Amino acid sequence: MKTVDARGLSCPQPVLMTKNALASNEKQYEVLVDNSTAKENVTRFATNSGYKVSVEEKGDDFVLTLSK
Amino acid sequence: MTNNANKSSLFSGVGGIVIAGAVVGLISALLVKMGNPGNMGFCIACFLRDIAGTTKLHTAAVVQYFRPEIVGLVVGAMAMSIVSKEFSPKGGSAPFTRFIIAAFVMIGALVFLGCPLRMVLRLGGGDLNALVALAGFAAGILVGIFFLNKGFSLKRTYTVNKAEGFAFPVALVGLFVLSLVVPTLFVVSEKGPGSMQAPIIMALAAGLIVGILAQKTRLCMVAGIRDLVLFKDTKLLIGFCSIIIAALIGNIAFGQFNLGFAGQPVAHSAHVWTFLGMLVVGFGSVLLGGCPLRQLIMAGEGNADSAVTVMGYIVGAAFAHNFGLAGSAYSAENPVGGPSANGQAAVIIGIIVLLVIAFANSKKAKN
Repeated sequence: MKTVDARGLSCPQPVLMTKNALASNEKQYEVLVDNSTAKENVTRFATNSGYKVSVEEKGDDFVLTLSK
Repeated sequence: MTNNANKSSLFSGVGGIVIAGAVVGLISALLVKMGNPGNMGFCIACFLRDIAGTTKLHTAAVVQYFRPEIVGLVVGAMAMSIVSKEFSPKGGSAPFTRFIIAAFVMIGALVFLGCPLRMVLRLGGGDLNALVALAGFAAGILVGIFFLNKGFSLKRTYTVNKAEGFAFPVALVGLFVLSLVVPTLFVVSEKGPGSMQAPIIMALAAGLIVGILAQKTRLCMVAGIRDLVLFKDTKLLIGFCSIIIAALIGNIAFGQFNLGFAGQPVAHSAHVWTFLGMLVVGFGSVLLGGCPLRQLIMAGEGNADSAVTVMGYIVGAAFAHNFGLAGSAYSAENPVGGPSANGQAAVIIGIIVLLVIAFANSKKAKN
């Protein structure tokens, strides 16, 4: 599973990194972010790109699992 | 803890952004009705410039006032972010670079005479000069996107102490209270835009409401156009349009609507400089990750980089007036208005500085 570490970054960078990663068209990705805005935006982008998203809170971070 | 990613309530959806935009547009029209300058229900650039004036960081007599709206915006955002557990003290993402970018964003905005939010409100008031501004703003955003795609980044933030997150909101409120308790320390315009003021309580309440809504919905003028181009995401652009429509309705209802280029309130028709000034604003705001409104909101959420950015705006405003860079509104002697030669030079320097910063921080050139 490919991991995108976008912790500490604010939008649009986490979405941009996710977008670039999705280009490799894998079944599952893990995206790490640390703010709600990034969590929402990545979720919206991934959902619109046909992925299911589940979110897990780990300390101050959010772990988003994107799967097809 | 696993939660449903789409639980995200009324306000993170499209409905929320439409409502937020509509409230911002209507409140803005109301603030003008209650005394604010024309098409200036909200203007982050103008209001921070007024605050720079009232604290004598510049001495342009017509633009000095401690705008309560700004205080309300920051406190509203802070309160909302604490309630929703999104208050998150952080910083350390190229603070001084942000300061410099912000100063030039402010200079560009004051050459045009408005931040992106006021540009939108001017459109809603029928000011067609704002269409030229919108074109420049969009062009600037495209330039910024070019660098984002080249890997532009000011690098990550880190968690900082709670005290750092509260420092900006507390300092702002402290200064505001001081301006009420010991008003003789501050100067307030007796004529000009700075003297045109909605009642304090109302301005404060308006700021609070918009601060809460903007925090909740992430309303941002620059992200509206940026996300459409980058991700085909229209959510924030809908908020942008919602503000225009609501302001239009509000302005018509209050008899403040006036369609055309000439004779607009606190405006000029020097189109080239309007375009280029807002190009700097759009470009710089993409590099900063949000428009001046959004930066204020994030400063309220405990983001120290945004607090530094707001200080950059304030210092940029002080420079703009101390060096005569801001655009002049129409007057009898100057029927077109616009920036002086100094202001024009500052815009060109701003474009060059932003290009240098953008190149220097683009990943592929380095790592």
